[in-house]
Amino acid sequence: MPHDHSDHDNHLDPIEARVRALETILTRKGLVDPAAMDRIIETYSEDVGPKNGAQVVARAWAEPDFADWLAQDATAAITSMGFSGRQGEHMQAVFNTDGVHNLVVCTLCSCYPWPVLGLPPTWYKSPEYRSRAVYEPRAVLAEFGVTLREGQQVRVWDSTAELRYLVIPQRPAGSDGLSQAQLAELVTRDSMIGAGLAQVPT
Amino acid sequence: MNGPHDLGGQMGFGLITPEGESAALFHSEWEARALALTLCAGALGRWTLDESRHARESLPPAVYYGSSYYEIWIRGLESLLTKHGLISAEELATGQAAEAMAHPRRLAPDAVGPALARGGPTDRPLQDAPRFRPGDKVRAKVMHPRGHTRLPRYVRGAVGVIEADHGGHVFPDTNAHGQGEAPQRLYTVVFDGRALWGDDAESGLQVSVDAWESYLDPA
Repeated sequence: MPHDHSDHDNHLDPIEARVRALETILTRKGLVDPAAMDRIIETYSEDVGPKNGAQVVARAWAEPDFADWLAQDATAAITSMGFSGRQGEHMQAVFNTDGVHNLVVCTLCSCYPWPVLGLPPTWYKSPEYRSRAVYEPRAVLAEFGVTLREGQQVRVWDSTAELRYLVIPQRPAGSDGLSQAQLAELVTRDSMIGAGLAQVPT
Repeated sequence: MNGPHDLGGQMGFGLITPEGESAALFHSEWEARALALTLCAGALGRWTLDESRHARESLPPAVYYGSSYYEIWIRGLESLLTKHGLISAEELATGQAAEAMAHPRRLAPDAVGPALARGGPTDRPLQDAPRFRPGDKVRAKVMHPRGHTRLPRYVRGAVGVIEADHGGHVFPDTNAHGQGEAPQRLYTVVFDGRALWGDDAESGLQVSVDAWESYLDPA
């Protein structure tokens, strides 16, 4: 990587050096254990991600009783599948219909349902998305390649408190007879934010 | 506060750059370390999530907009650590610190799983009856507090409808400033796009926020 400064004592980017310095200070002072940091990074890199949410959606598509439970008490329904905890303490599932398309944003920071979707993608945290999702969601959706039906309403959920929203996309045509595992393959991360639709089986 | 974080309806940031589903969550190793440092330091229990949000939104606007996401987190964390006396400005400036015994609340590797599973529920019992019922019309207050708040500017003064009552939740406006949890009832309030953006609204738009009771007046 080219360097346009002459500080040869430090070959790190300034922010990289800054984070490393802070980690060193906190470790030496006994405030942080780097092995615990590794464990956190592993958890969100490998264990917790949108595959969890996809299982919730697939089950809601396949089991009407579960979909009802999810609509009534999403926290309990999702916890029953083993997905709970930090940034998913209070869950609400919002269902797309022929009449309404749901889109989730956090205009004030980056609130996102970690236990079911993992950490948010960069675009979700960006000023571009946070500023525009509440003002021109149709234009935003078009940038994701999503065109809504004529007359379909858009409902935007701004996550201003500790409620976390999971969009349940509409079940795609041609998915009859698929197993829940096959259905889950059709559920993308973006479709559970509302910035996409579930994939149509090929 | 009317900080740089309150982005709803701001203009000029440009097009969104969608990322593929399989794109890396961390673009560099330091981003992952920044996330983990923030969570580990938070586990020391010296500040609340509300206070950490306030630390980030209190960055000067030019710094906030000029920083990447995890850079904002690191700058916020530095400010919390020095404010609460866990590190000194000199240690931060020099990157040098004397070795010390482990803090009694230092997060151990084996405690990570249970801590993430526990999370931090914010629901609290309330004695008072709800002031509003689903279907009631409410106006989001016109307010410009200098401290932390979770009522975005773009809804202030607008009339919406109560959609749901979520019971008592910790009130961020006090909790962020060490003034206690002071729980209040939380509602989902739905606004018609035209109530927020007038003639400039896209057709068929509704936007909701989750608003604490004291943010709302009957309308």
